Amino acid sequence: MQEFLEFTLEGVSSGMIYAAIALSLVLIWRGTRILNYAQGGMAMFTAYVALIVINHTGNYWAGFVTALAAGLVLGAVLERAVVRQVAGKAPMNAVIVSIGLLIFIEGLAGIIYGAQYRSFPPAFSIDGLSIGSVALGISRNDVFTAVAVLAAAAALAVAFKYTRVGLRMRATAFNPGVARLLGVRVGRVLTLGWALAGLIGALAGMLVTPSTFLYPNSMDTIFVLGFTAAVIGGLESPLGAVVGGLVLGVVLSYAGGYLGSALVEIFGLGALVLVLMVRPAGLFSAAATRQV
Amino acid sequence: MTLAKHLGIALAAAVVIWVLSVRLDAYRDYQIAEVAAYVVAVAGLTVLIGLSGQISIGNGAFMAVGAYAAALLLLHLGWPIELVFVASAIVAAAAGAIVGVAAARLRGPYLAGATLMLAVALPSVADKFQSLFGGDQGLALNVTTPGFLGPTFPPTRWLAWLAAAFALITLVLLANLTRSRVGRNWRALRDDEVAAALAGLNVARLQVLAFVISSACAGLGGALLAMWEASATPGEFTLTLSIGLLIAAVIGGLGSLLGAVWGSLVFVLVQGYLTNLAASHGLSSGASASVPVAAFGVVLIVVMLAFPAGIQGGIRRLLGPAAPAAAAPFNLLRRHAPASEHQEEGTT
Repeated sequence: MQEFLEFTLEGVSSGMIYAAIALSLVLIWRGTRILNYAQGGMAMFTAYVALIVINHTGNYWAGFVTALAAGLVLGAVLERAVVRQVAGKAPMNAVIVSIGLLIFIEGLAGIIYGAQYRSFPPAFSIDGLSIGSVALGISRNDVFTAVAVLAAAAALAVAFKYTRVGLRMRATAFNPGVARLLGVRVGRVLTLGWALAGLIGALAGMLVTPSTFLYPNSMDTIFVLGFTAAVIGGLESPLGAVVGGLVLGVVLSYAGGYLGSALVEIFGLGALVLVLMVRPAGLFSAAATRQV
Repeated sequence: MTLAKHLGIALAAAVVIWVLSVRLDAYRDYQIAEVAAYVVAVAGLTVLIGLSGQISIGNGAFMAVGAYAAALLLLHLGWPIELVFVASAIVAAAAGAIVGVAAARLRGPYLAGATLMLAVALPSVADKFQSLFGGDQGLALNVTTPGFLGPTFPPTRWLAWLAAAFALITLVLLANLTRSRVGRNWRALRDDEVAAALAGLNVARLQVLAFVISSACAGLGGALLAMWEASATPGEFTLTLSIGLLIAAVIGGLGSLLGAVWGSLVFVLVQGYLTNLAASHGLSSGASASVPVAAFGVVLIVVMLAFPAGIQGGIRRLLGPAAPAAAAPFNLLRRHAPASEHQEEGTT
């Protein structure tokens, strides 16, 4: 029973990371119908920026804020410089271009920072918490992870619903052409979407890197699991992304805990294929409207 | 007629490779073998993406399947090496059939993500079943030079011959397939899936077939690459390799078999050149290995944005519109190709 509790809480904690990646993918997908395969690479790069700031200043939070700002800028710059050029072309082009971005960022990180594994400081203690004598299997840092991602998701949800910018973003996601006719500066909205996605991705990178070490490919596995979470959630809905991340995190935690940790990626693949077979548009999508 | 032409080209290429392998030193022979292994895998991928319109970022996983199948067959059953290579392609094709059935229901970014997951997930299997797959160390795959060539025959030349022979056979088979009814059907469903289905084509079956053929090629390429490395290890078949195949296919020109050859040549040679160049400028080994990665990232973006038809597209343009068999102008990049191009493709 205690094992079960530990696995569940661990699953929730890692699920929040997948949820953050999924959230950033959903932000971009809604606006541009592009799946950003470079999201993990962008998060990895901002984590390097954070590490440098942390090493220079000795202050974790200075690095944290810098990473989020770097993510914001990186997302905006990539959208303006590269992604805008593939708008309106076949979906395959966008897939290939974003993979090009991914390996460019990973290569750049390797050139600047080298390929060795670096340890990365957590925000809070990673000692296991316990209630009385019952170990919970999670740490203060895991709690911070969950709170940070939930706060980011809630802030996005509120912004989408109650601000003018959020309304413009929803209008653009719904129909870019009509939004433009109504006076929305669609280009700016798309840039903003990428910038926010970069920020959320950077948050995910800051939260997960203490447990994976930092190296140019460190986010690859996290990214594909985040992608899986986004697909489970249906790619359209921010709420779906969070729920998808949680479901995936808990399921993988049980699978890893009871069946062996070496196969977590394989179980992730199984979950992805299963969801795509049963509900190609995701579990939380309202209607299946796939373009053929 | 087409078969004769393809066989003729392959024969000419075989003679060129034979002359090169004899004239050049052992290191170049070794590179010929590496390029040939890539050509096989890239040719399979370029047919999948460029003709059937499906994408796979996970063909490195099928290369791993082929490589491990080859190593196991050689280790435990001691089959002759040519038979081992054929079997490795068949095993990978079977794996591709399983994935292909799932893939046929997926489109664009979903398919790319699922195959990406495959590339990331599969190497962990080797860690899980250490006794069978040898864990991180992998399995040895040593090819001995046959006795009739004499004891002084350089082993790297034999590797080059073996790999080049399989590459040429693969290219001839693929060239005929893509000019056949199957190839035309693939183009039809690539350009407009709904129209293809209305014309009576079995879209799902054609897509699975493309996936099976592409993974068979990947499996053979993986077995050849393992022979080249003298071992099959999880470290060879990373996501980076899968993306490398995509890079080579895009550089050469998606959908073109000759493009797969150019793309593989550029990929292998430039990678080695840039790594050495960076190392000679005092970068650490890890940083030097990253230089070609970053460079290919830029190349991938630039080619896709500015020269989507790749090297082969450039060659076609140089040769002019009057060039013989100026076959299918690559039109994946437009959602709806003009009807005249379909007619042009249907003539061979």
